[in-house]
Amino acid sequence: MLLVHCPYCEEKRAEIEFAYAGEAHIARPLDPAAMSDEDWARYLFIRSNPRGRHHERWRHIHGCGRFFNAVRDTVTDKFEVTYKAGEPRR
Amino acid sequence: MSGFRLDQGGRVDRSRRVSFSFDGATYRGFAGDTLASALLANGVMLFGRSFKYHRPRGLLGAGSEEPNALVSVSRGPGRHTPNLRATAVEIYEGLAATSQNRWPSLKTDLGAINDRLGMFLPAGFYTKTFMWPRSFWDKLYEPAIRRMAGLGEAPSEIDPDHYGAVYAHCDLLIVGAGPAGIDAALEASGTSKRVILIDEQDEPGGGALDDPALWSWLNESLKDLAAAPNVTVLSRTTAFGYYHDNFVGAVERLTDHWAEIGSGPREKLWRIRAGAVILAQGAIERPLVFAANDVPGVMLASAARTFLQRYGVAVGKSVALMAAHDSGWRDAFAHARAGVNVAAIIDVRETIDAALLAEAQALGIAVRLGHSVIEVHGRLGVKGMTVARNDGSAATRIACDALLMAGGWTPSVHLWSHSKGSFAWDEALGAYVPDRPNEKVRCVGACSGKWNFGSGIVIDALPTPRNQARIKAFVDFQNDVTAKDIHLAVREGFKSIEHIKRYTTTGMATDQGKTSNLNGLQIASQALGRPVTEVGLTTFRPPYTPQTFGALAGHAKDDLFQPTRKTPIDGWAEEHGAVFELVAQWRRARYFPQGGDDMHAAVNRECRAVRSAVGIFDASTLGKIEVVGPDAAEFLNRIYTNPWKALEPGRCRYGLLLREDGFITDDGVSARLTPDRFHLTTTTGGAARVLNTMEDYLQTEWPELDVWLTSTTEQWAVIALQGPLARQLLEPLVEGIDLAAEAFPHMAIREGTICGVPTRLFRVSFTGELGFEINVPAAYGRALWEQLMNAGAAWGITPYGTEAMHVLRAEKGFIIVGQDTDGTVTPHDAGLDWAVGKKKPDFVGKRSLARPDIVAAGRKQLVGLLTDDPAVVLEEGAQIVADPAQAIPMTMIGHVTSSYWSEALGRSIALALIEGGHQRMGEMLHVPMPGQVIRAKVSSMVFYDPQGARLHV
Repeated sequence: MLLVHCPYCEEKRAEIEFAYAGEAHIARPLDPAAMSDEDWARYLFIRSNPRGRHHERWRHIHGCGRFFNAVRDTVTDKFEVTYKAGEPRR
Repeated sequence: MSGFRLDQGGRVDRSRRVSFSFDGATYRGFAGDTLASALLANGVMLFGRSFKYHRPRGLLGAGSEEPNALVSVSRGPGRHTPNLRATAVEIYEGLAATSQNRWPSLKTDLGAINDRLGMFLPAGFYTKTFMWPRSFWDKLYEPAIRRMAGLGEAPSEIDPDHYGAVYAHCDLLIVGAGPAGIDAALEASGTSKRVILIDEQDEPGGGALDDPALWSWLNESLKDLAAAPNVTVLSRTTAFGYYHDNFVGAVERLTDHWAEIGSGPREKLWRIRAGAVILAQGAIERPLVFAANDVPGVMLASAARTFLQRYGVAVGKSVALMAAHDSGWRDAFAHARAGVNVAAIIDVRETIDAALLAEAQALGIAVRLGHSVIEVHGRLGVKGMTVARNDGSAATRIACDALLMAGGWTPSVHLWSHSKGSFAWDEALGAYVPDRPNEKVRCVGACSGKWNFGSGIVIDALPTPRNQARIKAFVDFQNDVTAKDIHLAVREGFKSIEHIKRYTTTGMATDQGKTSNLNGLQIASQALGRPVTEVGLTTFRPPYTPQTFGALAGHAKDDLFQPTRKTPIDGWAEEHGAVFELVAQWRRARYFPQGGDDMHAAVNRECRAVRSAVGIFDASTLGKIEVVGPDAAEFLNRIYTNPWKALEPGRCRYGLLLREDGFITDDGVSARLTPDRFHLTTTTGGAARVLNTMEDYLQTEWPELDVWLTSTTEQWAVIALQGPLARQLLEPLVEGIDLAAEAFPHMAIREGTICGVPTRLFRVSFTGELGFEINVPAAYGRALWEQLMNAGAAWGITPYGTEAMHVLRAEKGFIIVGQDTDGTVTPHDAGLDWAVGKKKPDFVGKRSLARPDIVAAGRKQLVGLLTDDPAVVLEEGAQIVADPAQAIPMTMIGHVTSSYWSEALGRSIALALIEGGHQRMGEMLHVPMPGQVIRAKVSSMVFYDPQGARLHV
């Protein structure tokens, strides 16, 4: 069970307090109606699935309730950093 | 039958005799004995039958690495534990153990025919032989294999024991209380660190328990640790798995060694989060690979010394040693000094340390260097051996009744491997040793590989002049894998150790290859002609030793498996005989039988009451979210498919929630209380998910919106009053709300009081009748329910459950998200186009409604279905075909999602998802069922009061 650092609570807490929420930095397009089917499908379905550094979202659902971003290595399963939503990609 | 108890020695308490039974025969041992040591002391050599060949097997080891001596212990109904290692079972008065995998008895086992047929049972035998025909697997091959090849029997009764669990946090966790682990604990004992030292055996000490010279040190050390307030020592506790971030799982066995079972938990699961971990798991001696190295009485030299010095038991009257390593010589010397005859020391090496030779000479032990055992004589126990020079010459038979093997040492790196630490190959040890850590962990003592084991050579198999293909030289004792099997796997083209492992099953038994992995690797490396490091190393996975399901489940079973959520009115329903069902985690009244009605009769009665008078229904499980803030309407406008900004305070709206991919995920009626405050409802099962989705959009996509979301599901009790008499019943009880139709129309909300309690009163209907949903603070829920029951008696008020609710809503074609939809249904598919705001520029899921595969023809669409025979009620989930004459497998075009007997219509009704359903109105379709094909016609989804005349009254 991982330890996850919540950037809002500023504490490392056990993974069971958190919920994974998919890849990070995929902003909902501002004007979906203007997008082609292909671009919209890419937004909906295509994820980077990297081997190594993965930018992903977590929610401290049984804590402060905030969504935040993290960089986790998909090979070692280690968190490199967690940071608040809205902050630039690390 | 040649082991015996020495007159003195060992740590057993000779003043306390303990009697126990094995396979029905009674034996006596001493307190402190394991089942293995006590049986050995009674001359028992035969402990079990092997997995595949049913060969007689004795003890190989003396600890948790033991692969052969697996036994079952029974202590009453539900307390049957199979596959315990006899070397790790402490005896107690009345212990009843039995051997496994034999029939009719351990000595006469008919399954042993497999041993004679060995040539027909090579590696991959099951995979090769039982491939065809496929249909024979389930009925013939698998049951036969399961009968013949197996371990102990699983218990068939419910386990009456209970199991504890604890979370523990420490600065330093030390796994293994041998000398190295104890030293590490002593070092930390004077500090402020919280230290936990755990050990799997019944007493701490590890290797020190085998060495009387260390006993006084051990006593003093344990006293010091007991006195140290910062150190917790746990015995009988196995660290079975090492997980992320220094999280270690361990099971403490609390009562299995007690003669009388107390009332406490049987085992306790420790979930330990450690700042740092020290692994001090020691090392396990390796067997040597030679013909018949599995005859009972052939065992690890270190195990024999454990029996000798820890338990005061000699494994034989005349023991011999086959060594490739110096450590075995010292084990043999210990036997000689204890008065046990040492028949011979055979060493595969040509030269040996002079001091060892001198000591052997002084003890009068015959030594043969450059020799190997080429055969072991005896079947149920060792009677002797034939040795030969390494070139095969000078074969000589030597009598002995036990044969010790000293093949060198393998550091126990199991938990290190769990923690994903890397490994380095140690040529001298012939073993992988810990290299770079992946967690805050280090290894100390023998498991680190940096330990003076003495010198020895690494050898894959002893030289033999015999035809390798004709001998059974075992590598994996528990899974019956021989050197020949590994050679065969290599000849058949397997190159990776991972594949060789799976094909031969070496290292895949419950012992996880503790004694076999490295021999298997060396043999594969030799056969492949490639160095071991290129052949690889298989990964160890938890558990280190098998653990009970009970310990892992803990209290999370039966009523405590998951919480049961109950509404404030649940107690009333229970007192009035409700039959319940679980909906998500909620317990809901399904129907209220009266006078012995079955479900059908009760539901019909409840439905009639709602359509003709008034019914009362506990809707408290509805998910509720309070949405507050200046941007609340804007937020809902973006979240839901329909327009919200123009909704006037005091009015309600049916909200449909899509995922971004355009599919329906939830629905519910919500009300605008004031311009900046909404009372949302969600489906019973969807409340948490919906709130999470809303929070996600609010926090990450639209942080500029000033909105607060609060779950209020459990703050409100909700009572639905439905039926033509609902208003008359309610009128005298409500204050501050005008219930007249024009003042309080359908889909409106008013605030006031009911029976003096503040209420949010919704005029809504999930039945198609005039209806109200009365929200009151949860604590008043039951009192209000009872008041309504009293006041409604004159009106024929009838409580109804979820089953009648389903019938009533299906008669109106109201969908249940998750029953009539399955995550691939769009609003158009569900006939809910009216709920989509076409003029809104955007909402969650809108863009997807224009995706090519969403607008394509032939999608499954929700329609009504009326059986030709009105008395036939279709089964929910039944498949639908267009042409019943088609050959099997027919083309299935959809399935039934909801189906009920409609009391109001006097016939069955159903909803179904059918390809191109909207275009099939009036078409006759077919539902093939066992014994018959049911004809049914596609219809509108609204079966009852399609104009909605009954609502607007």
